[in-house]
Amino acid sequence: MTDAIQIGLALGLPLLGAVGIGLARRNPNLRETVTLATAFALALAVWSLVPAVQAGLRPELVIAELLPGVQLAFRVEPLGMLFAGLASLLWIFNSIYSIGYMRGNHEAHQTRFYACFAIALSATMGIAFAGNLLTLFLCYEALTLSTYLLVAHKGDPNAVKAARVYLGILLCTSIGFFLPALIWTWQLTGTLDFVPGGLYGEDIPSLTLGLLFVLFVFGTGKAALMPVHRWLPAAMVAPTPVSALLHAVAVVKSGVFVIIKLVVYVFGADNLPAIGTELVIYVAAFTTIAASIVALQQTNLKRLLAYSTVGQLAFIVLAVCALAPLAAPGAALHLVSHAFGKITLFFAAGAIYTASKKTELSQLAGIGYRMPLTMAAFSIGALSMIGMPPTAGFISKWYVLSGALQADNLVVPVTIMASGLLNAAYFLPILYSAWIRRPDEQDQHGEAPWPILIAITATALMTLAFFVYNRPAHGLEVQLFGS
Amino acid sequence: MTLDEAIYNQLPALQVIVPLIAVPLVAMMRARHLAWLACTLTSLLSFGIAVVITTELLAGATWQYAMGAWPAPMGIELRIDSFSALLLLIVTGASTLMLLAARVPIAAQIQSIRQPLFYAVWLLTLGGLIGILVSGDAFNIFVFMEISSLATYVLVAAGRDRRALAAVFTYIVMGTIGATFYLVGVGLIYMMTGTLNLADMGVRLEQVADSRPVMAAAAFITVGLALKAALFPLHIWLPNAYTRAPHIVTAFLAACSTKVAIYVLLRFDFLIFQESIPNHALHFAGLLLPLALAAMIVGSWVAMFEDNLKRLLAYSSIAQVGYILLGAGLISTTGLSAAVLHMFNHALIKGVLFLAVACLGVRLVQLRLSELGGVARHMPWTMSAFAAAGLSLIGVPGTAGFVSKWQLIVAALEVGPWGLVPIIAIVTSSLMAVVYIWRIVETTWFAHASTAVASVREAPSWMLVLVWLGVAANVYFGLQPQLPLTLATGAAELLLESCCD
Repeated sequence: MTDAIQIGLALGLPLLGAVGIGLARRNPNLRETVTLATAFALALAVWSLVPAVQAGLRPELVIAELLPGVQLAFRVEPLGMLFAGLASLLWIFNSIYSIGYMRGNHEAHQTRFYACFAIALSATMGIAFAGNLLTLFLCYEALTLSTYLLVAHKGDPNAVKAARVYLGILLCTSIGFFLPALIWTWQLTGTLDFVPGGLYGEDIPSLTLGLLFVLFVFGTGKAALMPVHRWLPAAMVAPTPVSALLHAVAVVKSGVFVIIKLVVYVFGADNLPAIGTELVIYVAAFTTIAASIVALQQTNLKRLLAYSTVGQLAFIVLAVCALAPLAAPGAALHLVSHAFGKITLFFAAGAIYTASKKTELSQLAGIGYRMPLTMAAFSIGALSMIGMPPTAGFISKWYVLSGALQADNLVVPVTIMASGLLNAAYFLPILYSAWIRRPDEQDQHGEAPWPILIAITATALMTLAFFVYNRPAHGLEVQLFGS
Repeated sequence: MTLDEAIYNQLPALQVIVPLIAVPLVAMMRARHLAWLACTLTSLLSFGIAVVITTELLAGATWQYAMGAWPAPMGIELRIDSFSALLLLIVTGASTLMLLAARVPIAAQIQSIRQPLFYAVWLLTLGGLIGILVSGDAFNIFVFMEISSLATYVLVAAGRDRRALAAVFTYIVMGTIGATFYLVGVGLIYMMTGTLNLADMGVRLEQVADSRPVMAAAAFITVGLALKAALFPLHIWLPNAYTRAPHIVTAFLAACSTKVAIYVLLRFDFLIFQESIPNHALHFAGLLLPLALAAMIVGSWVAMFEDNLKRLLAYSSIAQVGYILLGAGLISTTGLSAAVLHMFNHALIKGVLFLAVACLGVRLVQLRLSELGGVARHMPWTMSAFAAAGLSLIGVPGTAGFVSKWQLIVAALEVGPWGLVPIIAIVTSSLMAVVYIWRIVETTWFAHASTAVASVREAPSWMLVLVWLGVAANVYFGLQPQLPLTLATGAAELLLESCCD
């Protein structure tokens, strides 16, 4: 019973927070206090569920019956626990960061910003804890819609156009592919619950399953597999805190999370349909490489990070589909390690913008002298993206690679090597330019405001710490995949 | 017999008589506020009766009422089953909601001296629509159809906008053709069977099954009612009538008028012609499915490029009629229940959308999208409600629209490989809805504000409360669809009872 309350709190607290933020709109300090208090309370509610899940329990909360036999229900399992824990933890730092960023840049509509942010977090918790496919879909759409206003935040024609691309691609894929696949599944099986080992019976032809798999994977536009990745670079017009938490962690990870859920609980890791999976694997491998090559050509820092995210997401999808169940724990860990690294990188990009209004790579010469702390954090994030020790990225790639070698699979190791090299090729020049080249004498800016520095230091340290201490996360994943 | 029981037994008759009795009373009132109050209370009472009838129906009661205690087929019979009960809820509910919101927009659009008459005619429309739903015989349906249609013409033309007259003229011509076709069909059946009672008709037609006059009757009735229902390509009266009518009238009509025509259409085609014409199901589907699919695509397509906000929503309604008849054309329990459910959900959605438009109309004269740039920044509550109802129209999960699309796609999947065609049409039309709804949202929130818009205030708070009540209903029935779903499934089973296969 108490577990149900905790789930309810995890979903409801951010919504309450959004109301509170709206009420406190006249007093910015109070408003930001509400945001921080909500973030802490949410993290507390979510993390207090961890012991139960580690003990093998699956707390449940049923709210309503949507259709005969399909409920609006939430059920916490290890993967969702990991995702929710990650997002709620990072929201705390992101909120601290937001305060520095939004005030430092004198952004308008800050109340709307914080309120939408809180609603998006509630939707993310809903995705993480969803007990069946329909609930998952409901929260998935809620997340799309609540982040629309954040992407369109600036309200100028450029932002509106980008937001249109954002919404267009995400809604078209989910309504066009995901929903038909969802209803087809219901018609075939009569259930939408997540069942370990898959819910399709033996009698469904493999061609149908393959088609369903492809529909589901491309219907999950948030996973940003090519060719449905365009919304992610477009979303970079949003204020950087949005790019950092939502478009490096919550939204994109929801996409990958949905695909992992599909593989584990809908199709079953052992009986993925050969035809569809093969297609997805090649598309994912192509996306990993192609996105890295596109990233090489970017001149804008945030767009570069966006394409880097596209590549990393595709890499997780690839590992899950190609290597389940062997390397799936590694892939799920990569979801965490990439989150720590990428949020640090975005925080740094936002810090640079706040302190100096610089957005282009060419302007970054010698910026390490002006902003040593920020660039140190950026370097740690970049190393984690490349996969070098002592950072989080190394750990997850290690698990994925070891799984790949056990499975005698060549596609994955080759893709890992190639993408690692490409990552190095676009991150190392930035580091070189920031640390080695001389700064322009004319600009005299220093570090960003202190809330930004607190957040950025914290996530950078977490990226390092995950290298040493990742047992609980790995433990949860092993419990999930049972290997 | 206690008073309670006496009233209880008379409920079917009261349902139709209460608004009709109130008509002359309201018409005689001189004070417009009093007329509004009387009209609204009458409508509310009708809604209350509909709720009681539905509750009893769900508890297992059957409603058959012989007028003046003359037994059917000689006397006039009133009959309410789950299909008519659901429609009664829609009609009385929509009328009540719109009347509650009507004071301010009506004051803006109709001369004060005409307002009592306007409210009287409104009740006449309501009584006519209710009459169609409770009647158990074909001729009474015709009479009530004429009452409601004639009253509707007056409602549409009641405003100050003279362009409404041209729209009403088309509406009258088309509506009369539709009603005449229906009457010709009923006449042919009467010739063959000598009865007008629907239940009796179904039985007696079996003796003269497969005869040419019956075929002709089916053709006349189906086409006549399709015209009244604005099925593509017989929809041309609808966009102008909706655009030119006073805003609150549009909201009322959009929620219920075409649905009542579809109700009669389905009753005739499934309960009466199904057994008397061989392969009727096939003919029915063969005629309606292509038209329904075309309506879904064409209606949404036009809506994507339409500038006038009300006309845009009117074309969207034409597409939604396509959804409803698509479900019916699949001739299965799931398909029909999806169709009936969508009648309910679409009434909820379009009612709220047009009510939000009425809120805009209180503050603005021009409702062209190109002149509404940035209006949402001045009327955030109105336009947020519009966006929320728009999401329901698109079919975002958690809203009523999602449930009906879900049922429709399930029904299409049951057909087998051919079901792919309707599914693609449903998905395409929904995506087009994303485009036209989002065009409105984007323009009203982000576009540069024109001078006309710069000084507007938010709509009256009482109207906002009602709009948001409608939005809440959309969410409620999206999360708890049991009530309409049960009634719709009951209706579908009833309609398919006599179906051969």
